[in-house]
Amino acid sequence: MEILNAILLFVVIVCAISVSLTKNLLSALIIFMTQSLVMCIIWILLESPDLAITEAAVGAGVTSLLLFAALKRIQALEDKGDDDGKK
Amino acid sequence: MGKNDGFASWLEKGSQSLDLEMQDALREPEEIAQQEREMDLEDELAPRRRPKLRALEAARRGSKGTVFRRLYCVLAVLMCMGLIVFMVFSVSMMPEFGDPDTLEHSELSSFYVRNTIRDSGAANIICGIILDYRGFDTLGESHVLFIAVCTVMLLLRSPNDGEASELDAADLEEHRCEVRNDPILQIIARFVVPVIFLFGVYVVLNGHLSPGGGFSGGAILGGGMLLYLFAYGYRRTERFMTLRTFRIVSCCALVSYSALKCYHFYTGVNEIESIFTRGVYGTLFSGGMLPLLDIAVGCVVACTMYAFFTLFRKGDF
Repeated sequence: MEILNAILLFVVIVCAISVSLTKNLLSALIIFMTQSLVMCIIWILLESPDLAITEAAVGAGVTSLLLFAALKRIQALEDKGDDDGKK
Repeated sequence: MGKNDGFASWLEKGSQSLDLEMQDALREPEEIAQQEREMDLEDELAPRRRPKLRALEAARRGSKGTVFRRLYCVLAVLMCMGLIVFMVFSVSMMPEFGDPDTLEHSELSSFYVRNTIRDSGAANIICGIILDYRGFDTLGESHVLFIAVCTVMLLLRSPNDGEASELDAADLEEHRCEVRNDPILQIIARFVVPVIFLFGVYVVLNGHLSPGGGFSGGAILGGGMLLYLFAYGYRRTERFMTLRTFRIVSCCALVSYSALKCYHFYTGVNEIESIFTRGVYGTLFSGGMLPLLDIAVGCVVACTMYAFFTLFRKGDF
């Protein structure tokens, strides 16, 4: 269990650093989602399922969707295979 | 490019004025500014470039800017290090995870652990704390969500009293038709969305018995609605979720939460027996008014999540 905890914490740190270093906004967002999901597992291991449910629903789900909407709004996603629907 | 001209030109204007400001500040020669503006007008990608990056580029050129940038980096790293040290230090002050003596050290947590079940009748102590001892906090949180949606609505909602230009209409139509009837998403959504809704309702209704509660359950419901929206488009969601529905559900939930809480305070202060009885510990109908409060919070949160997304995406419901 200790090893699993250590691995998960390491993944969270790696994700958090790589989010800020990623140039592509879409990739950064997906890494951010991953970080939220790993964080959710850590909450379960820390025996706080309340937080885990909220983290999964808000952190990984709704926040990312809102950020996707924002990226779409500022047209940051346009050069990513989105053209087929428009041209 | 036609559909988003309004927004694009707005962005371009914004970045140009930012450029001008930066160059004024750094006393750049006027020709370079002129050249840049021309380049911007020609460059199709200009609106996509982030203004911050361009500001940094501009800053890199001036000598004043270089000093500022180095100072900025050094200060940022120092502040981050300071924050990390502070947080690690404060975490090390906390009692160890799973330490049986924790209750002896902390008066507040021992009070909660010993008295919550007796006071509120909720099997889930966290729910008892959030909705009973700190019910006023939760009331404020729900109102914050509601006010945030109202503000977003004021800022982003497109004017639809005849004043809407063709550009806006085209924009709206483009957004409306953007769901591309993806068969994979639709088939998955057909099976997953009911399960998500069921789980969300379960989490809301069992908030006083098992992990979860109004906020988590409401977020799950909101996420389910958004998945349905992604799969089937606005036309299908408008059947059950319009601005009218949002108004009615949110306001009713907030008003009933406030009324229940008022009643709770009234009976508590005057030591009157509340009509919401504790019930049998651990059953669905127990915990007095906690399940009702959970439902109210869940409704507000679910509506808010959906409203945020549609307002940001479409500027309307």
